[in-house]
Amino acid sequence: MDTQLDLWEVFIQSKIGAHHVHAGSVHASDAQMALQNARDTYTRRNEGSSIWVVPSKFVVASTTNDAEMFFEPANDKIYRHPTFYVMPEGAKQI
Amino acid sequence: MNVAAIENDFQQKIDKDLFIEPKDAMPDKYREHLIRQISQHAHSEVIGMQPEGNWINRAPSLRAKQILLAKIQDEAGHGLYLYSAAETLNISREELIAQLHSGKAKYSNIFNYPALTWADIGAIGWLVDGAAIVNQVSLQRTSYGPYARAMFRICKEESFHQRQGYEIMAHMMNGTAEQKEMAQDAMNRWWWPSLMMFGPHDSDSPNSGNAFKWKIKRKGNDELRQKFIDKTVQQAEVIGLTVPDPDLKWNDEKQCYDYGEIDWDEFNKVISGNGPCNKQRINHHIKYHNEGAWVREAALAYSQKIQPNAI
Repeated sequence: MDTQLDLWEVFIQSKIGAHHVHAGSVHASDAQMALQNARDTYTRRNEGSSIWVVPSKFVVASTTNDAEMFFEPANDKIYRHPTFYVMPEGAKQI
Repeated sequence: MNVAAIENDFQQKIDKDLFIEPKDAMPDKYREHLIRQISQHAHSEVIGMQPEGNWINRAPSLRAKQILLAKIQDEAGHGLYLYSAAETLNISREELIAQLHSGKAKYSNIFNYPALTWADIGAIGWLVDGAAIVNQVSLQRTSYGPYARAMFRICKEESFHQRQGYEIMAHMMNGTAEQKEMAQDAMNRWWWPSLMMFGPHDSDSPNSGNAFKWKIKRKGNDELRQKFIDKTVQQAEVIGLTVPDPDLKWNDEKQCYDYGEIDWDEFNKVISGNGPCNKQRINHHIKYHNEGAWVREAALAYSQKIQPNAI
């Protein structure tokens, strides 16, 4: 059967030290082809210093529908933010 | 949740200008509309390589040839960004290509016109890509996340296309009488089809209602067309080209150009399959798609060989 090959997700690091950020996807039959296709598709103008490719079927994602339930526990823990604390008048560099 | 509740939730998100992402619940009609629009857009990028590819071997200098190759490679890339975006809506690449081949999916009408001279390569970059940019800039705020992100990437690359086209036209207008004539002839042939790229007048546009409600479309066809005309006329004047529209006139009161009536009979003729190159474009795609089947098979066989237990 004719096929358009497997789907891979592409993550690009724009410069060394930065995070790899999702750029899109490509079709490829193996990892090497996926890397080369990702380079040709997403870094024609020096957008990258490193590329990750991952077979799309292995990406596990949370769903927007459950986002509230999933992320809500962080909402009431405002003491995790530095702005929660009251600093004594006059204290510097803190 | 029942369908009405899902649609209600969905509309609330849209009204708050939130992006819709692939796994979100969405009305079937929204999904269908997006598949139709994004795939049409992807096919346009890919079919659009044909009129230009026709000139790679005849480019007038090595510089021109390198630029043209890079531009065409970009168009292939843009097609791929958009196919990826369409595939997030649960349709496979195979299905998308099959729809192109069967005629179920369309591509932009403009690519059913031939590129007859080198000046056409200038006109395509300047006018056709110029018109596409106006449309695509507004689509950067379309409501479907993957589509908006693809548009963002495409817009960043597209202005090179327009500038290289305008440079070709400017060069020719600085040349011999024959070259000037050639540039004007290309202008005459591409101007009106470029205006048609924005689609029918809003009052005659069959798919607009929901597209606005769902914020797939942010601006009307006529508003975008006007924007394109207003910025392009000045560019034509600077290099001495005449816009082939006797009714074109600056309207001081409205602060924009008035322009002549578009030949919608021609538009409908070309869109229904009777343009100069419709059959040639699709046959070419089918031929090379089929001839490439062995490459895909070989790639698969190779991946099995190097990694027999692979996914």
